[in-house]
Amino acid sequence: MKSFPITVESVRKAYGSYLALDDVSLEIEAGEFLTLLGPSGSGKTTLLMAVAGFVLLDNGKILLGGRDITRLPPNKRELGIVFQNYALFPHMNVLANVEYPLALRKIPRVDARRRALDALARVKLEGFAQRDIAALSGGQRQRVALARAIVFKPRVMLMDEPLSALDKNLREAMQYEIRRLHDDLGITTIYVTHDQREALTMSDRIAVMNSGRIEQIDTPERVYHRPLTRFVAEFMGEANIVPPGSVRRIDGVDALRETLMIRAESFHLDPAFAGPDGVALEGVLRAKSFRGENWLLTLELDTRQEVLISVPATLAAGCADLAPGQRVAAFAPAAKVHAIAGAKV
Amino acid sequence: MDPALAADARRERRFFLSLSLPALVIVGSAAILPILWIVRQSFLTTAGEYSVGNYEKVLSSGLTWSALLTTLELSIGTLAVCMLLGLPLALALASARPRVANLLMAFIMLPLWTSILVRTYGWLVLLRRDGLVNAVLTGSGLTTEPLPLVYNFTGTLIGMVHYMLPLFVLPVYAAMRDIDPNLTRAAASMGAGLGLAIRTVILPLSAGGIVSGSMIVFIYTLGFFITPAVLGGGKVNPISIRIERTLSTFQDWGAASVLGLLLLVLLALVGVTFWAARLLLTQNKLGVAHA
Repeated sequence: MKSFPITVESVRKAYGSYLALDDVSLEIEAGEFLTLLGPSGSGKTTLLMAVAGFVLLDNGKILLGGRDITRLPPNKRELGIVFQNYALFPHMNVLANVEYPLALRKIPRVDARRRALDALARVKLEGFAQRDIAALSGGQRQRVALARAIVFKPRVMLMDEPLSALDKNLREAMQYEIRRLHDDLGITTIYVTHDQREALTMSDRIAVMNSGRIEQIDTPERVYHRPLTRFVAEFMGEANIVPPGSVRRIDGVDALRETLMIRAESFHLDPAFAGPDGVALEGVLRAKSFRGENWLLTLELDTRQEVLISVPATLAAGCADLAPGQRVAAFAPAAKVHAIAGAKV
Repeated sequence: MDPALAADARRERRFFLSLSLPALVIVGSAAILPILWIVRQSFLTTAGEYSVGNYEKVLSSGLTWSALLTTLELSIGTLAVCMLLGLPLALALASARPRVANLLMAFIMLPLWTSILVRTYGWLVLLRRDGLVNAVLTGSGLTTEPLPLVYNFTGTLIGMVHYMLPLFVLPVYAAMRDIDPNLTRAAASMGAGLGLAIRTVILPLSAGGIVSGSMIVFIYTLGFFITPAVLGGGKVNPISIRIERTLSTFQDWGAASVLGLLLLVLLALVGVTFWAARLLLTQNKLGVAHA
């Protein structure tokens, strides 16, 4: 399948006084899997629907394969869309749903049938062609929606939280399958989710959105370990934002003057893990809980700020004996300490 | 099962069933008994003997069949115009923002709150030769002569459509409003323009509401009396008017009863037809599946 790049240029959309998209620009490479990640109301679905053509913009441009599609109606854009609630036609069976885009393109019936069955096979739904939509499980509906979106060889795939209605195990299996489908077809994909773990697992790059803006766009590793803003740091996982002065270098060489972001899992109770140039902090244990694969400790620093520390159960022999009220020291290696420019605490 | 508890459960069921008793008594005495009385009447001659003479007389009369034809023409005509005006209206309502839709809905329901007699005479004032509509038409030079808009089939149809349109739009609008807007978006994303999306998604999915609306229109209009009587000017004579005339002019209760039963049979046929259509649609057996 041929893949196309997408360019979003200074896109703006307001609903009354509410700014849903605030001057958003974005370059998506041909064949890339890009995720728009953010909390509800961050503008991620609005941006996706703008690319799809269902949201009319106030300002800005959208280019697909170098061609301006800003004013092209949705039915002329040739995009495969998977909706959050699947949007399968309840009055058609599985096969008729998948054949629908082909029938619109006046593709001969025999050809259309073969291609629809191929698409169903791709999503592992052989033998389901004649089923009614109502007789399918959530995961099966998801697959029909995928088959229907790829069957007409769209130029781009757009997915709006396609897995949010599925239970956890199925969701993880489908994440893998959607990514595999993307790799097989090489089709440019924009994926919307509010689940940071899903975004980290699936994406080539993640655009983290907050109140109508893109806060950071980067690879999963960089977005996680090198967040540009406090919002990104906290949205991507359990992040401790530590003000200047509350941590020290283990070797005492340098007083740390910047605001630091240290993930909960970067801490250890044993200084040996952190190395001589690592950082140390000390506080009173306020709460501890066992979560299976790790222990979660809450320390209150002398500055009264609380810090969350996650210790892998295999390295936490002593955790069970710690009592609230006790003073505890925690250590993190220098590589896991990240300064956030301009962040306020 | 504990017999005492079972008795309690039975008593509760009986209590709730007994709540329908007053309604049953009224329907039984005010609808079913009169119908049985009409059936008996239809077999009675003026001399008070039982015979099928009334049936022979009514069914061999050309007036009966022309009245039947007029009745069907009025019902089908009303339904056709209701569809032509009502389907786009329902679609507009269903795709409007909720506040706008509620406002429009209020305007649509407004005529239902005024008496049919008032509305019918209102149309008379508007449509007659020197009425408002003709004054505008001739005054603006669109027509040289006033159009014959009332005391004929056209006038009757206008009055009946005006009465039936809200009742047709309601179930259609309800069905269209319940269609997930993402379905039309999905259709568009796959290449369907608005016309195709309406034909392949919206109409099939609101078919149940359209059938309900059509059934309401048909069943109401089959028995319409006031509108043809006032706006038809004696030239539009459906069965309802034949019945009234048979009674008021000839005092022929037997013949009138036969006509009444004829109307009843017609209603039953229409009812069964629409009911079957609905059943087929809900089971998706009509082949609406393919684009």
